[in-house]
Formats: sequence, C-alpha cells, structure tokens
Amino acid sequence: MAANPMTQFEVYRIGPEIKIGAFDISFTNASLFMVVSSLAILIIFNLGSKRNSFLPNKVQLLAELSYTFVSKMISDTAGSKAKPYFSFIFSLFMFVLFCNMFGMIPYTFTVTSHIIVTFVLAAFIFIGVTIIGFIKHGLGYLKLFVPSGVPIVLLPLIVVIEIISYLSRPISLSVRLFANMMAGHTMMKVFGGFVISLGVVGGWLPLSFSVALTGLEILVAFLQAYVFAILTCIYLNDALNLHH
Amino acid sequence: MVKKIFFQLIFFNLFFLKEVFAAESGGMPQLNPEFWISQIFWLTLTFGILYIVLSKLILPKISANLELRKSQIQENIEAAEKQRESSEAKLKEYDDIISKSKLEANNIFKEARENVLKEINAKKETLDKQIDEEIKKVEQEINLLRKGASEKINKIAIETTSELLVKLIGTEVNNSSISAIVDDLSKRNGDKYYGN
Repeated sequence: MAANPMTQFEVYRIGPEIKIGAFDISFTNASLFMVVSSLAILIIFNLGSKRNSFLPNKVQLLAELSYTFVSKMISDTAGSKAKPYFSFIFSLFMFVLFCNMFGMIPYTFTVTSHIIVTFVLAAFIFIGVTIIGFIKHGLGYLKLFVPSGVPIVLLPLIVVIEIISYLSRPISLSVRLFANMMAGHTMMKVFGGFVISLGVVGGWLPLSFSVALTGLEILVAFLQAYVFAILTCIYLNDALNLHH
Repeated sequence: MVKKIFFQLIFFNLFFLKEVFAAESGGMPQLNPEFWISQIFWLTLTFGILYIVLSKLILPKISANLELRKSQIQENIEAAEKQRESSEAKLKEYDDIISKSKLEANNIFKEARENVLKEINAKKETLDKQIDEEIKKVEQEINLLRKGASEKINKIAIETTSELLVKLIGTEVNNSSISAIVDDLSKRNGDKYYGN
C-alpha cells in the first residue's frame, strides 16, 4: 500500500451499503470528508457570526475577513450585479478550500482530487451561468460567441472557436482543480515513499523536498480554491454583463 | 538544477510505479465509476445544506455585523468631528473674549489716564490761579510796604538828623526845613535805594 501513491485516492464504503433503486449511494470516505468540511465551515462561520463585539475576536475576524475577501473578489471581477450570487460563490470557495485543506492532513482523503466531484461542481456552474445568461439577455446572449471588431471573413472560424471554448469551460474548470490536487498529493506520496526506501542515509533529500512540497501544496490548495471561485466569477460576469 | 532533479525523480518513480500497477488493479481510482453516483449524491447533499445554511443563516448575520460596525465607526467619527468643531468654536469664542477684554482693559486704562490727567490739569490751574492771586496780594502788600517804607525812612531820617543836629550844634532846627532836604534827597536818590 505504501508503495503505490494512487491508493490514497481510493474510495471505500464506510458502514452499510445504501441503495436507492439501482444507484449505490453508500456513505464513503469521500462523503465523510465532504461532511467534515461542510461541518467545519458551518461551525467556524457560526462561531464567527454569533457575537458582534466591536473589537472582533479571532474567529469573528476570520469569518469577517473571508466575507470581505470573497465579496471584494466578486465585486472586482463581476461587478455589483453579481451580488445575489455572493452566497453561492462564498459557499463554493469555502467548500473547495476546506476540502483541499483537509486533504493536506496526513491519512485524510481529498474530496477535490476526484474528477467526478470537480466536474459536478463545474457542470453545475456552467449550466447555471448559461441559464442566467439566457434569462438576462434572451437570445442576445448568443452574441457572446460573436466578438465585435472581427473581420467577416474570420467570423465563422471565430464563432466556432468561441463555442468550443465556451463548451470546454466546465472541463477546464474541473480538470484544473482535480489535476492540481491529484498531482500534488501523488508527488508528496512519492517523496514520502523515497524517504522510506532511501533510509537514514539518503532519505534527507526527499524529506526536505517533502517539507517544501507540503508548503507548496498548502499554497496550491488555497490558490486552486481561489482560481475556481474567481473563474466562476468571470463566467458569471460574462453572463451578467455582456461585453462583446 | 533542483527542478531537473525533481523531474528526474518523478520520472524514475513512474517507472517504479508501473511495475506496482502491473501487480495491482492499475489505473487511477478516480476513473473507477463504482462510487460516482454516491459521490454526486453526497456532494449535492452536503454542498446544498452548506449553501442553504450559509446563505440563510450565517452570511446575513456576518453582513449585518459588518454593517453595524461600519455604521458605528462612522457615527463615532461623526461625533468626534462634531466635538472637534464645537471645541474649535469654543476656542474661537474664548479668543474673542480675551481680545475683547484686552481692548476693554486698554480703553479703561486710557479713560482713567485721561481722567487723571484732566483732574491734574484742573487742579494745576486752580492752584496756579491761587498762586497768582496770592502773588498779586503779596505784591500789593510789598508795594504798600514799599511806599510806607520810604515815608518811614524819611521820618526816621528827619528825626535822626534833627537829633544829630541837636547834639552837634546844640540848637533845634526846624523840622520842616530838614524834611524838605530829606525829601529832596530821597527823591533824588530814591531810585538808587528802592530800585526794583
């Protein structure tokens, strides 16, 4: 088990098998960490919003700083029209961030290292943004695929490219997060394996790499959550404020 | 350099991996669809609950807290501004009062000085008048005395001359003739003796 760096991504059932019709919805280790992340978010932000002291304590400060951070991110990228979607983007950012961060604890499971999870999130965002775009602009939303100032000769090609890029949004969004998390965790596992296999004599180099990688991975965990949220904001911006 | 080693290690490890995979089931567990439905279900459930609780209960509270703090700080700033303004106004008032009172004090001082000067002048004038009157009186007296003195001197001169004559000659000479001589002398020499 220790030799294979991919075993950390294996999903296994915790408790009994639950089935609805033909679908297996058993509680797994992935479900466990989704629940743990959500609970952690709810507990921290509930504590942070309970008392309103004029001088905030640490938890309250954390909650309020995250609030202002996300709200600033949204208003910077998508403008004031995106305010109704603040709660969703905040939940999304926090969920991805906490799942990433919980994955950094040894012997835990990284929810976001599974393509199906990130793809469901990305697909939901894609569908939601498309629906919002059509509701706000009607068929005018299709103008998104026709950039202004392009020669008519190039237009068919550009439109095709734009449509492909638009349709590949959920894939790029989900694969970016999934691949980053998986690669980072695999790499850490590999270096951890080297520490064992090279022993006391040669194990120090991979160990130092491992330490450095841990720092890097924590940065990546934050950065990928941020990128995920900010790309959602940018897609939302396209849907809300049609610029083309 | 570090990067090179890094990638070499990964590459090396991948070789090593393949052998392991060959032994085990192989491939990425992520692509095994066995638990996909379960993951989708639990993701929807947990994220849905998270979203609902955050958006309905927690985020409005944080937003209200932030707004409240903002407005409180704003109020405090406004109150401080007001107090500053009022203190400035008071300082101005105080300055005004001080300058006014200084002016008043100056005025009072000037008035008092003028009054005193006037009084002094008046007193001086009356005193001068008195002095002048007294001087006049004294001068009159002196004049009177002076006038009387010449007559008295003449008389004395006449008497002494008559007595001298009596002693010298032994006979009395008529006073009237002596007085005529004395008068004549005194008239001639009067300016010499009583010259002013």
